[in-house]
Amino acid sequence: MSQIRPLFKREFLGYFRSPVAYVFLVSFLVISVSLAFSRYGNFFKGGTASLESYFIFFPWLFMFIVPAVGMRLWSEEKRAGTIELLFTLPITTLEAVLGKFLAGWAFLTLAILLSFPMALTVGFLGQPDWGVMAATYLGAILMAGAYLGICALTSALTKNQVISFVLSLAACAVLVFLGLSSFTSTLESILPVSIADLVSNFSFVTHFDAFTKGIIDPKDVIFFLSLIGFTLFLNVVALER
Amino acid sequence: MIEVTGLVKTYGTKRAVDGISFKVNRGEILGFLGPNGAGKSTTMKMLTGFIRPDAGTATVGGIDVTVDPVAVKRQLGYLPESAPAYPEMTVEEFLGFIAEVRGARTAAEKRERVEHVLALTHLTSVRRQTIETLSKGYKQRVGFAQALIHNPPALILDEPTDGLDPNQKNEVRTLIKNMAAEKAVILSTHILEEVDAICTRVIIIARGRVVADETPAALRARQPGARLDEIFRTLTA
Repeated sequence: MSQIRPLFKREFLGYFRSPVAYVFLVSFLVISVSLAFSRYGNFFKGGTASLESYFIFFPWLFMFIVPAVGMRLWSEEKRAGTIELLFTLPITTLEAVLGKFLAGWAFLTLAILLSFPMALTVGFLGQPDWGVMAATYLGAILMAGAYLGICALTSALTKNQVISFVLSLAACAVLVFLGLSSFTSTLESILPVSIADLVSNFSFVTHFDAFTKGIIDPKDVIFFLSLIGFTLFLNVVALER
Repeated sequence: MIEVTGLVKTYGTKRAVDGISFKVNRGEILGFLGPNGAGKSTTMKMLTGFIRPDAGTATVGGIDVTVDPVAVKRQLGYLPESAPAYPEMTVEEFLGFIAEVRGARTAAEKRERVEHVLALTHLTSVRRQTIETLSKGYKQRVGFAQALIHNPPALILDEPTDGLDPNQKNEVRTLIKNMAAEKAVILSTHILEEVDAICTRVIIIARGRVVADETPAALRARQPGARLDEIFRTLTA
């Protein structure tokens, strides 16, 4: 497992060796902050000292933005042929998968944490509940990991970055839509409530909501972590086949 | 050092490698020849553990590559065809990364290894350039440097002189020759003169099978007076 460190380092710094990191970080912050200030977010009009109006868009935003980070993880290596170099180095597939995934996750975490001026603004204007805010940040980071797990997996399936992006987008979209109230109510009208509940339990939105209310429920944490574990497992399988 | 027995690889209905066997000892430079699509690269990819053979075994230093791929990879230096490298990294960063993965844990050890191969492959002048800005000859040398960084007992080079000018080719050949005394080297090539220049043994493969395994002198003796490429054509036609 000691081999993860150099792989992580190369991958993480790799974002900053090209304009990718800067374009990504700036666009992410501009889009996420403007959504909060928009009439859909009502950051000021809402009149509450919280970041709820900022984080409420995250499941949607991640749907587009995480595939942008994840699509290159394996597709790029396959296209450039460096995958042959990588897998003839003395590393296991699991180490490679973890190194890359953790680097992408760390990068996304950085993007999320760079929204700290929003938190400071709220702190300056009112008395926010810092515990709730910390829980929300934790939830956002966990959710980003789950999205990234899916994107890393689809990236391992193809050497074409566009296909990888579209596949991740589709997979993430399904996991977001499962939790929408309009979708679940339709589902409840045709299926027994217990089954509809079960289906909506697979949604990012359902599990992320609790965090934004300041509740760190082990079952939500386990949901995200097990989704990460499962997608990484499939990632290893996809690469070893 | 390297032993290959009955390797088979099938892609769809095409049998790319069809029961190849050979042995390479330390001190030998094996020239791996064959027309395009004969299975040279596929054999090398199986030997280095990048793809799994459908049948047969490949061992390096007595370790089976399908049983303990990481241990085999540790002993191998491998230059894949067309020398892939991460284009956005500088030569120094890239070699540093390889050195780290290849076991250089301290900064001093890493620096020492990188400096050593930079000097060995004459890359010092471009050390701070990103790999995407390098010419083909330099890229090839980066790939070569990367394969040598851990001073491996076995070297596998897929077309190491491809894309180099005559001077650079000569330089790379001298380098390989000088190192070969304590290493087992396999190099694939299209260039028949290369065989004469550095190889101690030649294997010619065609359609996934070994059609000749002998010394360059014995190969010449097959058709006295004929040029090497004529002999090659008769064997692979």
